[in-house]
Amino acid sequence: MTLAELWFVLVAVLWSGYFVLEGFDFGVGMLLPFLPRDERERSAMFQSIGPVWDGNEVWLVVAGGATFAAFPTWYATMFSGFYLALLLVLVCLIVRVLSFEWRAKSTSPRWRTVWTWANTIGSFGAPLVWGVGLSVLLYGIPIDSKGDFTGGFFDLFNWYSVIGGISVVVLFAYHGATYLTIRTTGGLCERAHRIARLLSVPAAVAVTAFLALTAHVAVDRNQRNVAVPLVLTLVGLAVLVVAAVLVKRRRSGWAFALTALATALWVATLFASLYPRVMVSSTSFGDSLTIDNASSAHYTLVVMTVVATICVPVILLYQGWTYYVFRARVGGGELPSGSPPAAASGASSHAT
Amino acid sequence: MIVFASTTVDLARAQFATTSLYHFLFVPLTLGLGPLVALMQTAWHRTKDERWLRLTHFFGTLFLINFAIGVATGLVQEFQFGMNWSVYSKFVGNVFGAPLAIEGLAAFFLESTFLGLWIFGWNRLSPRIHLATLWTAVIGTWASAYFILVANSFMQDPVGYKIVNGEAQLTSIWKLLSSTWALYAFGHTMMAGITTGAAVVFGVCCWHFARGRNVELFRPAAKLALVVLVPVASVNLWFGSHFGILVTKLQPMKISAAEAQWTTCTHCGFSLFQIGGFTSNDPTPTFSITVPGLLSYLSTGSFGGQVQGLDELNKEYEARFGSGDYEPPVRTIYWSMRGMAYAGSLVALVALVGAFLFWKRKLERWRWFCWVGVVAAFLPFVACLFGWVLTEVGRQPWIVQGLLKTADASSPAVSTAWLVTSLTVFVTLYLLLLVLDIWLMRRYAGQDPRGPDEPEQSDPSTLAPAY
Repeated sequence: MTLAELWFVLVAVLWSGYFVLEGFDFGVGMLLPFLPRDERERSAMFQSIGPVWDGNEVWLVVAGGATFAAFPTWYATMFSGFYLALLLVLVCLIVRVLSFEWRAKSTSPRWRTVWTWANTIGSFGAPLVWGVGLSVLLYGIPIDSKGDFTGGFFDLFNWYSVIGGISVVVLFAYHGATYLTIRTTGGLCERAHRIARLLSVPAAVAVTAFLALTAHVAVDRNQRNVAVPLVLTLVGLAVLVVAAVLVKRRRSGWAFALTALATALWVATLFASLYPRVMVSSTSFGDSLTIDNASSAHYTLVVMTVVATICVPVILLYQGWTYYVFRARVGGGELPSGSPPAAASGASSHAT
Repeated sequence: MIVFASTTVDLARAQFATTSLYHFLFVPLTLGLGPLVALMQTAWHRTKDERWLRLTHFFGTLFLINFAIGVATGLVQEFQFGMNWSVYSKFVGNVFGAPLAIEGLAAFFLESTFLGLWIFGWNRLSPRIHLATLWTAVIGTWASAYFILVANSFMQDPVGYKIVNGEAQLTSIWKLLSSTWALYAFGHTMMAGITTGAAVVFGVCCWHFARGRNVELFRPAAKLALVVLVPVASVNLWFGSHFGILVTKLQPMKISAAEAQWTTCTHCGFSLFQIGGFTSNDPTPTFSITVPGLLSYLSTGSFGGQVQGLDELNKEYEARFGSGDYEPPVRTIYWSMRGMAYAGSLVALVALVGAFLFWKRKLERWRWFCWVGVVAAFLPFVACLFGWVLTEVGRQPWIVQGLLKTADASSPAVSTAWLVTSLTVFVTLYLLLLVLDIWLMRRYAGQDPRGPDEPEQSDPSTLAPAY
C-alpha cells in the first residue's frame, strides 16, 4: 500500500468517524419535533448530545483538512464543484452550532422554538447533502481534463445520489433513536425506543438498497469488480436485520453498536467502490481524479502520517473519556435536582 | 462588502474579506477571554472565594456565546479555500493543507472536546480535573491559532517549499512551523487576543461600576483585567512595530504603501494624518502632520534608515516578475495601518489611566471614565480588523507573495451567479447573527452575576445530573 492509498483509507475513516459520531447527534436533532412532550424533555435531548456534538463535528473539519493536505486536487475540485451544496451544508451547520449554545440563553418560548427548529432543519439538511455529495463522487460529475468541474448545481442529483441522501437521513434518524434509548430515561426513552422500532425497517430497506445500488454503480460507472461492494452490501443487510431484532428485544446497547456499524459500512462501501479513483468524471472516464493524480507529494504525506499516528490514538482516548464521563442517562421521570426551571426564568428575567 | 463588484475574483475576494473579518471578531475575544476565565476559576480553586466562582460563571457565559459563533464561522473559513479558490488550493495544498490538517488533529479536537467537558462537567468532574479541562481547551485554542497563522504566513512569506510542475511542494515542515513570520504573527495576534479579552472584561466591569452595580464583586475582575491589559497592550505596540521591520524586509511594498511613500527616502518622516498623496499621479499630500525620522525608525530600526518608495519597488518587481502593477491599494493600506495603531495605542492609554485610578481607588467613583472604559472595550476589535486588512490587502496583488497572483487563483468552476448567491447568504446570515450576538452579550454582560446557590445556567438542560 502506498502512502497515498493509506491516506485514502484515512480519509474514509475520518468520514466514517464523522458519520458514526455526528450521525447520532444529527438523528437526535431530527427527532426533536417528534419525541419530546414538553420543554424539559426537549432540553434533555439537547443535554444528551450537548457535551459531545462539538467534538463529533471536528471529525468533519479534520476530514476536510486531511483531504486538503493529502489530496489538494480532490479538495479543490470537490469543494468548488459542490459549491451551492456546500453553501447549504454551511448554513445548516452554522445555525445548528448556534442552536446548541444560544438556545438556552433565553427562557422565551419563541426564542427556544426558533432554535429548536434551527437545530432540526440543520440536522436534516446537512446529512441529506452529505449523502448526495459523497455518493455522487462515485456516480460521476462533469470534470474536464484539467480536473475542473464543468457542470451545474443539478449535476449533483440523479436517482443514485438522491437515494444516497435519503438513506443517510433515515439511517441517522434511526441511529439517533438508538442513541437516545441508551442515554435517556422514562417516557422519553420509551418513545425513543418506539421510534427506533418504527425506523428499523425503512432504514434497513433504504440502506440496503443504497448499498446494492452502489455495487451496481461501481461496476457500471467505475469499472470495479462487483465482489467487494457486494460482500459489504450483504454484511450491511445482516447488520441491519440483527439491529432490528435487537431493537425489538430492547437490547439497546447492542442495537446502538449495530446502527453505528451500519453507518460506518455506508461510508466503507462507498469508498471501497470508489477506489482507486476519488472522483469519477462523467464526461470522460479518463479524466477522473484518482488517488495517484490527486494526491500530495511524498514528503507531505509522511509528515501527515506521523502527525496522525501520534494524534489519533490520543484523540480517541480523550473523546472516549468524554463519553465515559457523560454516560449517565438524562431526562425522564423525576425532576432534575437543583433549581426548577421557574427559578431560572426568574433569574434571567431579572437580568433584562 | 463590495456587493457591486463584477468579476468572480472580486466577488470571491469580497466574500473572503467579509467572512474572515467577521470570523475574526470572535476569534481574538475567545483567545483572550478563555485564559482570563481560566484564571478566575483558578483563583476560585485556590482561594475558595465565592466571588471568583461567580465571575467564572459570568465571564464564562460571555466566552461561550462568542465561542459558538467563532466555531460556526470557522467552518466557512476551511471550506471556502476549496470553494472559491480552487487554483490556489491546488497550488499550495501540499504545503498549506498540512498546518490546517494538523490544526484539526492536534488543536481543534482538543479545544472542542475539552470545552464540552468544561461546560457540562461542573458536577461530574472533581474541581481540579474540571479546572484542568478549561486550561486544556485554552491551550487548544492557542495551538489552533498558531497552526492557522503558520498557514497564513506561507501566503506572506513562503518558506520550506520548492516548485514542482507548477505546484508548491513542502520540503521542510520545520522551516514552515518555525518561520520567523509565523512566530511574529503568532506573538502579535495572541497579544491582540489577550488585549481584546482583557479590554472586554475591563469594559464590562466599568459598565457595572458606571451604573453603581455589583461594585465589590467586579473589583477583583477589573484588577485582573488591568494587570493583564496594561503590560500586554503596551508590549504589543512595541512588538507590532518590530514586526513592521520584518515586514519591511519581506514585503517592502506593504510598508511603503502603508506610508504612501512613493519615492525612496532616508530619515523618512511618519505622517500621522494626511490629505491627498494616495496615487502615483499625486504623490505629495496637500496637507499632513509628520513626525520626522519616525518612519525610518519603525521600518528599519534606525532614524536614518532608507525606505524604498513605491515607484522604485514597482520597477524592481517588474524586472523580476514582468511588467504590471504590484502596488496594493495605497489609501486602504495607509488608513488601516493607522486605524490599527491608533486603536491599539488608545487601548493601552485607557488601560494605563484605568490602572492609575484603580490604584488610587477612584475608578468606581469616576463615572465618566467608566464610560470611557466601556467604549474602549470595542477598540481592540477595530485594531484587529484593521490589522488584518493591512496584512491581507497589503499583500495584493499576490495571494502567495511572489508565487501566485490573486487574479489567477479563483475557482474556474464557480460562476458569478453562485458567488453572488453565497455572498448574499453569508452577509444576510452574518448580520442576523451579529444582531443576536450583540443582544445576547448586552443582556448577559449587564446582568447581575448569580450566587453560588442559584442555578448554573438559566436552562434546566444544564442543571445538575439526573442520575
